[in-house]
Amino acid sequence: MRYLPNSSADRQAMLRATGHAHIDELFSQIQSDLRFNGKLNLPGPFSEAEILEFFQQAAAESSREYVSLLGAGAYSHYRPVVIDALLSRGEFFTAYTPYQAEISQGTLQAMFEFQTMMTQLTGQEVSNASLYDGSTAATEAALMALRLTRRRRVALARTLHPEYRQVLKTYVRHQDVELVEVPYAASGQVDLAQLEYTLDAQTAAVVIQSPNFFGTLERIPEIASIAHRQGALLIVTVTEPLSLAIVKPPREADIVCGEAQSFGVPVAFGGPYVGFLTTRERFVRQMPGRLVGQTVDTEGRRGFVLTLATREQHIRREKATSNICTNQSLCALAATIYLCLLGKTGLRQLAEQNLAKAHYAAAQLGAIPGVVTPFTGPRFNEFVVNVPGDAECLLEDLRREKIIGGLHLGELYPELANHLLLGFTELVSRAAIDRLVKVCRQFSAKVFVSQDFSPPRR
Amino acid sequence: MENRIREARPHVTRNEALIFERSSPGKAGAELAPLDVPAVSPAELLGPDLARAEVEGFPEVSELEVIRHFTRLSTWNYGVDTGLYPLGSCTMKYNARINEVVARLEGLGTEHPYIPQGLAQGCLRILHETARCLQEITGMGAVSLQPAAGAQGELTGILMMRAFLAERGDPRKYILIPDSAHGTNPASVAISGYEVRHLKSNEQGCINIFNLAQAMDADVAGLMLTNPNTLGIFETEIGRIANIVHARGGLVYMDGANMNALVGVTRPGDFGVDVMHLNLHKTFSTPHGGGGPGSGPVAVKEILEPYLPSPVVGKSPDGKFQLNYDRPRSIGRVRAFLGNFGMAVRALAYMLANGPEGLRQTTEDAVLNANYVRSRLRGFYELPYDRPCMHECVFSDRHQAAKGVHTIDIAKRLIDYGFHPYTTAFPLIVPGALMIEPTESASKEELDAFIDALQAIAEEVEQDPQFVLKAPYTTRVTRLDEVGAARKPVLRWKPAPAPSKP
Repeated sequence: MRYLPNSSADRQAMLRATGHAHIDELFSQIQSDLRFNGKLNLPGPFSEAEILEFFQQAAAESSREYVSLLGAGAYSHYRPVVIDALLSRGEFFTAYTPYQAEISQGTLQAMFEFQTMMTQLTGQEVSNASLYDGSTAATEAALMALRLTRRRRVALARTLHPEYRQVLKTYVRHQDVELVEVPYAASGQVDLAQLEYTLDAQTAAVVIQSPNFFGTLERIPEIASIAHRQGALLIVTVTEPLSLAIVKPPREADIVCGEAQSFGVPVAFGGPYVGFLTTRERFVRQMPGRLVGQTVDTEGRRGFVLTLATREQHIRREKATSNICTNQSLCALAATIYLCLLGKTGLRQLAEQNLAKAHYAAAQLGAIPGVVTPFTGPRFNEFVVNVPGDAECLLEDLRREKIIGGLHLGELYPELANHLLLGFTELVSRAAIDRLVKVCRQFSAKVFVSQDFSPPRR
Repeated sequence: MENRIREARPHVTRNEALIFERSSPGKAGAELAPLDVPAVSPAELLGPDLARAEVEGFPEVSELEVIRHFTRLSTWNYGVDTGLYPLGSCTMKYNARINEVVARLEGLGTEHPYIPQGLAQGCLRILHETARCLQEITGMGAVSLQPAAGAQGELTGILMMRAFLAERGDPRKYILIPDSAHGTNPASVAISGYEVRHLKSNEQGCINIFNLAQAMDADVAGLMLTNPNTLGIFETEIGRIANIVHARGGLVYMDGANMNALVGVTRPGDFGVDVMHLNLHKTFSTPHGGGGPGSGPVAVKEILEPYLPSPVVGKSPDGKFQLNYDRPRSIGRVRAFLGNFGMAVRALAYMLANGPEGLRQTTEDAVLNANYVRSRLRGFYELPYDRPCMHECVFSDRHQAAKGVHTIDIAKRLIDYGFHPYTTAFPLIVPGALMIEPTESASKEELDAFIDALQAIAEEVEQDPQFVLKAPYTTRVTRLDEVGAARKPVLRWKPAPAPSKP
């Protein structure tokens, strides 16, 4: 086996050194009737070439020839080749958690830079060194708010990613916590009157998302005032953090969390991604996850260490702030490299491009008879369209044109049957948008002809 | 400038500031393709309440500066590619390069999690096959790849136990955890609504059957054990242990962190385990990445299958793979989307490369390597539990502590000899532990050098303990002030304040 460095002679010599005659003797702790004596029913061994072929075949059964308009919490952006070139350095990707700081300064400094950039983007004071993903970051943020306020009720915006809400529900199921949902208004934003009505003096936190699941930007200062009036914390979740390059950061929030996958991490069928969590300095001791801090060595040189570990499970065990052990270091490193490459100006230009693409697409689609963009609130690179007729049929028509036409919202939001959530990053060309529009126009015409009535006038 | 090199140090490639300190206005490391739709003004579209002027303090550097910055940082790290990485309980094995290549293939790395299932057959097949292989290796009935890491796998498993018991009328109140357990175990139990009851280990470092029988009453939902345990010892009485728990209506959870000792030799499903998690980043060679991403699949017996996180990857009679969301008894979701797919790709590539014989040989080599280290260091360091081990061996610093040198000091000195340290300060039941897990990736030659180094350090402790206390000497930084870091945390860079006007 090519990964194993010892020869049979090495093995024999080592076995002799242990005072054993046969390798089986080392397994004598395992009762013989509990040993597995058969051959595992597994494929292999395969050569490198065969492995490559196996996965290339799988990769062929994919959407790689399609233009994807899917967003909804995972975004396909261009990834500069520099990212993988640097991530592929063995010193980065084959290293462990940087507990031995003297030989981990590379990872530690990069995480310190990640933390700094996340605070800059989100307008908060401190950041951790990343969490599993956006859904668990939102969950950890809610748990943190429950600890900080000692209250047992959390209000979740219906416009928060449905899967994030599901994860939070799983985590708090046995913790005597009440979850309440806050509906959205006609603008596609949190309904402020309903929010005010929902909150009470037992509410620990309001969890919203901005841009929200419909792509609409929320009115954060107003929501913060409503939450703070009841002594509740405001948690703002961001699944498309590229928006923060041109949208005001949620400074009024108490915790900002979300998904940084957009920053140079591949969509990879759902993971690994990189969750983040930033907050106010005074809440730092209730933060979950690893933190990197700056310090000095015995000779006064600047260096970095994992710090405030007394919050964590390996010290505090069942009283820890979270059960999380790992962070997503390598993905956070990818994000750090990506943000350094794009830099202040590049990130802004990219965000403007995304805004422009979505704006163009919305204008073109909105001009089609019967196609409506129902939500009036401001948006970034995603929006919802209501199509005439069966959205599944339209999605099929689009697939014939090699377009994956966004996410049908009907299953996640029964009130939004035949509504599609469409995302437009810089990777969606104008030509693709024009093709989308053409198919939608034909679809709309077909529906109206078959139904024998005219489109509603707007 | 505080970072200027004052003396040459062997480990220093080049000094390197923070990226923010390298920044100057007008530089960029990437250029965008031209915009092919009409440009828009964010200020106009978003309005003054929403539009942001700039991200203050963000870096501005060229592509080459980014390359040099991170390349230099990387040289201050130590990885499995650099050399022996004998961290006990972490299983720092070789991370094959082919795994990285296949995970990034166009059509795998580029697939959105919500693509229609008809266009996701390749990805779903990989998830299905990875789960099947893990099921075969563990001898269990079903596997979910959704949990993002080991600790989340633990939480998922305990929640499934709870759902199962609750359906039978009583979820019960406690989970038993041995005192040798990883810290994540009690932390995960706390989230699942159970309380922890600690079990004291016996003189052999194993579960005390008598204590277990006493503690395992009708209020106890089950036992959460690590096998082999954190001392690297297989629970010889595992059959009886499982029988006691089952006889009183409880379930057995196994933390699979140490599965590298068992693959192909014995199967948890065959020795009474009902639910367990695996760490793909340990046993199945996915890279640790400097602290993640991990992946913590859970494997369960058939009786727990209905409670697996939703969705589950299934295969229809016509050979098509599909995601099944109709799971009314599921504990729900623990993570958005489908888990760390990219890690499943790498783990499957590892299993394919090895095949069944290779996996068994891997286990044998891992166990032989640990026993070799144990045999050859005996006499130099105390062995609190002197018996053959599985994949890791645990010494203590008792002899050296008498001279004022502790496990952490020996660990720091090992760095000067060119090795990554072993695990210090764990397991908690061995004060001053040196927990060594060489894995199968260590050659005899490298182990001999490592053993020589630890023997030499034992000698140094005898001759000049003060010298060892100040190690390491060869790294870019010497020992860092951790107390100061925690007392007054500096968690981000801030621009130097502008000089005040006279």
